[in-house]
Amino acid sequence: MKLNELTAHEIRELIRKGEVSSEEVTKSVFERIEKVEKKINSFVTLTKEEALREARSVDEKIRKKKKISPLAGVPIAIKDNMCIDGVLTTCSSKILENFRSPYDATVIKRLKANDLVFIGKTNMDEFAMGSSTENSAFEITHNPWDLEAIPGGSSGGSAATIASDEAILALGSDTGGSIRQPASLCGVVGLKPTYGRVSRYGLIAFASSLDQIGPITKDVRDSALLMNVISGYDERDSTSCNYPVPDYTESLISDVKGVKIGVPKEYFVKGMDEEVEKSVKDAIGLLEKLGAKVEEVFLPHTEYALATYCLIVSTEASTDLAYYDGVGYGYRAQSRNLDEMYQNTREKGFGDEVKRRIMLGTYVFSHYDYYLKAQKVRTLVKEDFDKVFEKCDCLITPTSPTPAFKIGEKMDDPLRMYFPDIFTVPANLAGIPGISIPCGFTKKGLPVGLQILAKPFAEETILRVAYSYEQNTGWHRRRPAICDSQ
Amino acid sequence: MEYEAIIGLEIHVQSKTESKMFCSCSTEFGAPPNSQVCPVCLGLPGALPVLNEKVVEQAVKAALVLNCDVLKVSSFDKKIYFYPDLPKGYQISQYYQPLAKSGYVDIKVKNKRRRVRIRHLHMEEDVGKLIHQKGMSLVDFNRASLPLIEIVAEPDIRSSEEAGEFLMCLRSNLRYAGVSECNMEEGSLRCDANVSLRPLGTRKLYTKTEVKNMNSFKHVMKAIEYEIKRQKRSVKKGEAAVLHTRCWDPERGVTVPMRGKAPAPCISHSDLGPVILDEEFIASLRSQLPELPLDRSERFIQQYGIPASDASILTSSKELADYYEECVKLYKKPKVIANWIMSDLLRELKEKDIGIRECKVSPEHLAEMITLIDKGSISGKMAKDVFVEMFETGEKASQIVKEKGLAQISDKEALVKIVDKTLQENPKVVEDYKKGKEKALGYLVGQVMKETKGRANPKLVNKLLEKKLK
Ligand SMILES: [Zn+2]
Repeated sequence: MKLNELTAHEIRELIRKGEVSSEEVTKSVFERIEKVEKKINSFVTLTKEEALREARSVDEKIRKKKKISPLAGVPIAIKDNMCIDGVLTTCSSKILENFRSPYDATVIKRLKANDLVFIGKTNMDEFAMGSSTENSAFEITHNPWDLEAIPGGSSGGSAATIASDEAILALGSDTGGSIRQPASLCGVVGLKPTYGRVSRYGLIAFASSLDQIGPITKDVRDSALLMNVISGYDERDSTSCNYPVPDYTESLISDVKGVKIGVPKEYFVKGMDEEVEKSVKDAIGLLEKLGAKVEEVFLPHTEYALATYCLIVSTEASTDLAYYDGVGYGYRAQSRNLDEMYQNTREKGFGDEVKRRIMLGTYVFSHYDYYLKAQKVRTLVKEDFDKVFEKCDCLITPTSPTPAFKIGEKMDDPLRMYFPDIFTVPANLAGIPGISIPCGFTKKGLPVGLQILAKPFAEETILRVAYSYEQNTGWHRRRPAICDSQ
Repeated sequence: MEYEAIIGLEIHVQSKTESKMFCSCSTEFGAPPNSQVCPVCLGLPGALPVLNEKVVEQAVKAALVLNCDVLKVSSFDKKIYFYPDLPKGYQISQYYQPLAKSGYVDIKVKNKRRRVRIRHLHMEEDVGKLIHQKGMSLVDFNRASLPLIEIVAEPDIRSSEEAGEFLMCLRSNLRYAGVSECNMEEGSLRCDANVSLRPLGTRKLYTKTEVKNMNSFKHVMKAIEYEIKRQKRSVKKGEAAVLHTRCWDPERGVTVPMRGKAPAPCISHSDLGPVILDEEFIASLRSQLPELPLDRSERFIQQYGIPASDASILTSSKELADYYEECVKLYKKPKVIANWIMSDLLRELKEKDIGIRECKVSPEHLAEMITLIDKGSISGKMAKDVFVEMFETGEKASQIVKEKGLAQISDKEALVKIVDKTLQENPKVVEDYKKGKEKALGYLVGQVMKETKGRANPKLVNKLLEKKLK
């Protein structure tokens, strides 16, 4: 097995024992990138030199027997909406094409403090708006399991990079499913933490009240390890919670005896893929066999969640994207006067989907009642979860109603594009944590993901159930054969 | 038909804090352009605002001295519009739930107390500053995100005089509370005026114009006066009033139409949680507030028996009023102290262009000096010079008198000698006096004073001369 194919915790053991160096791991990752990146397009920016330099300095620390953190020297890919000092941070948008951030996001600071090695910035839907990564202004990312299929989105680059072993760890961000859905479609693990668990300072906003950064990894243990590094209160983010951070690896117990699992009736809908439904139901069956108590539950406002989400997300996006006016930084279109500058810059700088949402959002906030109504429904959705979590420890649902679709298939149907989000969006509205883990494959060989949701700050429950499932199955160990068959 | 003017003022005040509203950048005035900026106040992608608690304290104090109800829960919104001095494409303000409501300021015009109500008071951030030079427009973001307090008054004002008085009262209240310098010339207070007319005796409100660009209280008053006249002329001509914005041109003394801003849409700010204030917090700020100028002025009249005009001058700033009261504690004739402060002290302060805080004459020193006059150690006239010296050097009056040998000569024997000498040297004048020329005495007194360099006790000299000349 090559180094780049290992998980972070496997690498950590090897580094700890002195059997491999961070430089060797980093090099193996870049060798892999050179080999497959042309087919996958996970990255928009690679920082090979800096990465190797950083890896060597970690190795130096190890040689000098300095104390290092558990993930020291492990290569990580970062979604291109998180600011790294001195590195291009584009959000896959033309309007930020030349934006080199002069500061580090809080998560980046934490990763740096733990000596992780940054290998590059991953592709995404422009400003995270989309579920396929087709809305990137720069390139289309391909699903490593089927190069003609989308990897999901918006953190498609991060999910694809993990699925194709181009990176050991990755960070994504999740506004309506942008971590969980691509993780599901690429057959990897993606965790969206509780809103407020991970600082958003330095995460370029799509919709501030919904965005949350989280890990995309090869297995559940890696997600727990990465959560240990990125979680915690940050005084720079007023919405981050001052709630103690546990050692998430301690919840990795392969035992679900007595765990009460709810299966929401509303998450098995018409139009969903039969193979997906079967995989998820099999998974629930397995957990029941392992000792979990399964019962059907109801989340009656689920059907309004997507519409509510659309309203809120567009409204917030249209104001969060007011930053980009061509004045202080980023792209500026040639113009004769000020009004024209704004118009041309934003017209040429933003892609279609972004403009669509800005227009929708502008319409909504000039009809403020819509927004207020959406906020009320949001509360109802949240209350549904509160009620269910009074009797259940967690919920299990499919992550996405379908496996990955073909590139270009739904580009002309903006409304259809939201369909993949229907099972992931409610968790963002409610601010609760959720994970997607692999739970099978379709006959065509596309991965299927299982979503586990729990109440706020119950990441430990999620990790325990996910870990138990993973230990009793082997889906997460399957790898796509990118070079051989395609 | 008779018309009355309906005037509503909107005031922005820069509140005094060490750091900006949502970041830790300094608020120091006069730093090189864009030297006090960070990702947050520059509106860089991903940076998030965190509310500075001091800003809330200052705004609550402002609300309290303007008699507002401070709301337990208020929140921040994004006010969306594009302008190059606005780094984020929106300004953080409080639109839906302002910090405070329903206040008032009592003003005194023509000795009548009147109440101007305040609709609401809220916090918002300042924008950057545009600098136009060599055909380029440059932006300085040092000012961006400085804390502002917006105060919206009800249209209770009826004349430019009342507007001026309202602004003065508002300013002295806010200065007393230490909220802001409220200096219009320096931009720490900005004021727009909404002006409309209505037939006297009716209740309806008519179409208004918004007048901007005044940079002193005087100009606010002049602009309002002009605008009232202009609207009256326009009504006479039968023109329909149109809602619009006008710019005050201080050079020409007129208002001219300008491009107004369309009302900016607002939406709640999800990165900033609600501002939740408990009773205790508000009470502790309330307990820190000083007695307000109008109340203090009335107390001065009662307690010290000084005229209203004196009281109003002495309470014009908290520091001056504190100074006065310190003096009164040390010297029990309040009117005498008031006179010295109002004539000599204020004159010197104005001449040197400094504030009472920088004044070298302490209340103890002033009291001591007046005591010297009472004792007859120096003459009242000489005290004026001694005071100037005290103001310059910070020394005690007794010290100056001693060093410069200024002590009044009340020693009879010493004066008799000088009187005799003067009489010998001026035989003609003595003769004139004896012939009945009363004025001659004055001349002789003058000569004695000249001889003693003004130090002779004039009353005593008079007495001695009269005696000798009998
Ligand atoms: Zn700043």
